[in-house]
Amino acid sequence: MCVGVPMQVVSIDGDEAVAEIDGVRREASLMLLAEPVAVGDYVIVHAGFAISRLDEADAQETLAMMREVFSPEEMG
Amino acid sequence: MNYLDAFKSRDVVLGLAERIRLLVAGRAEPMTFMEVCGTHTMAIYQYGIRSLLPPQVRLISGPGCPVCVTPNGYLDRAVALSRLPGVTIATFGDLLRVPGSSSSLMEERARGGDIRVVYSPLDAVALAAKLPERKVVFLGVGFETTAPTIAGSILTAEKRGVENYFVLTSHKTMPRPMELLSADPELAIDGYLCPAHVSAVIGADAYAFLAERYGLACVVTGFEPADVLQGVEMLARQVMAGEHRVEIQYSRVVKPEGNGRAREVMAQLFEPYDADWRGIGVIPGSGLRLSERYARFDAACAIPVDVEELREHAGCRCGEVLKGKVSPFDCPLFATACSPEAPVGACMVSSEGTCAAAYKYGR
Ligand code: SF4
Repeated sequence: MCVGVPMQVVSIDGDEAVAEIDGVRREASLMLLAEPVAVGDYVIVHAGFAISRLDEADAQETLAMMREVFSPEEMG
Repeated sequence: MNYLDAFKSRDVVLGLAERIRLLVAGRAEPMTFMEVCGTHTMAIYQYGIRSLLPPQVRLISGPGCPVCVTPNGYLDRAVALSRLPGVTIATFGDLLRVPGSSSSLMEERARGGDIRVVYSPLDAVALAAKLPERKVVFLGVGFETTAPTIAGSILTAEKRGVENYFVLTSHKTMPRPMELLSADPELAIDGYLCPAHVSAVIGADAYAFLAERYGLACVVTGFEPADVLQGVEMLARQVMAGEHRVEIQYSRVVKPEGNGRAREVMAQLFEPYDADWRGIGVIPGSGLRLSERYARFDAACAIPVDVEELREHAGCRCGEVLKGKVSPFDCPLFATACSPEAPVGACMVSSEGTCAAAYKYGR
């Protein structure tokens, strides 16, 4: 199942990065991305690999949406 | 209200629903949109999105759950491998409870099989490096989002000289089944909510032929409730205007051209073949298998094993559910003989399965 949470890259060692969101850290291989990634960038991580890089504004927008998760009751 | 707040607000979701209602008001015939991404299926059930839509807009679920479209024979081979001495199975958690012809990996684990859940295929490579005396087999099931990660794990194993890492693959690719279902007069699909992360790899352009040749509206859509409703609105707008083209709602992540590097890695290791889809049958060129050059990593070739005879699950309508022809509620076993605790078919057990979504949120 896909998770749409953008994670922020906190360290990079060659092709291996560590990405974090809300205190959760994940290893993320960068070998499937052509574009350069720097510490501070946001990426979508799937099964241990970064598959897409996001602009900061896009990432923030997504995070804002995700943090406000509706419960089924609220949706009526 | 600023841009960020706009997306947070429940009012926006309801506002989008109202816009869709106004958009199609006055139209008599229904329009049918199919989602082909398990995460969309879950979101649609979880947030009750169908209940927010006007009667003219019908959402149906398609073959978006990779575990569900994988035929029983694959599970049977994984089970057989897990019974071999010296073999360790590494898998995403989703596959554990999926019933094969007569057993599941969960049952095999209870019987003492060495079956481990990992988060990434790279964890399985690391496991193989740690257990050099065992053969570690990763179960590679998934669409174009997952296939490149499996390819990446094999390249990593090769680079690190890990020779006891194998993959049992069942990779499938998305646009072909969409083409097939779009020609089905019984479904009469007007448009697709195209998958989010599959499209991050293959790119929105991959659906252009569906718009051009089959006259379908296609909108690549994200996972949040506001995303899904906006995707539906964009589809409805195209249908109302008599248009059909590919649009990207989920432009935060998906580009028209996709992720070329991931596709390169995928093409380097895999070649297309005619894959069998549960419920749909064999679709030419719709699967990915390891090419000759990487055959030594292919568990199906490298670790011979006898596999039991295939048995289908009597009464299970998973195949029709995957084609969007019936809803889980039409299955007489739903929530009676079949539940997530005692699943009869794969659609009830995978976290992305339509029956599982309907059971969890839809009753
Ligand atoms: S409810 Fe169970 S038995 Fe019925 S179609 Fe779904 S998985 Fe199969």
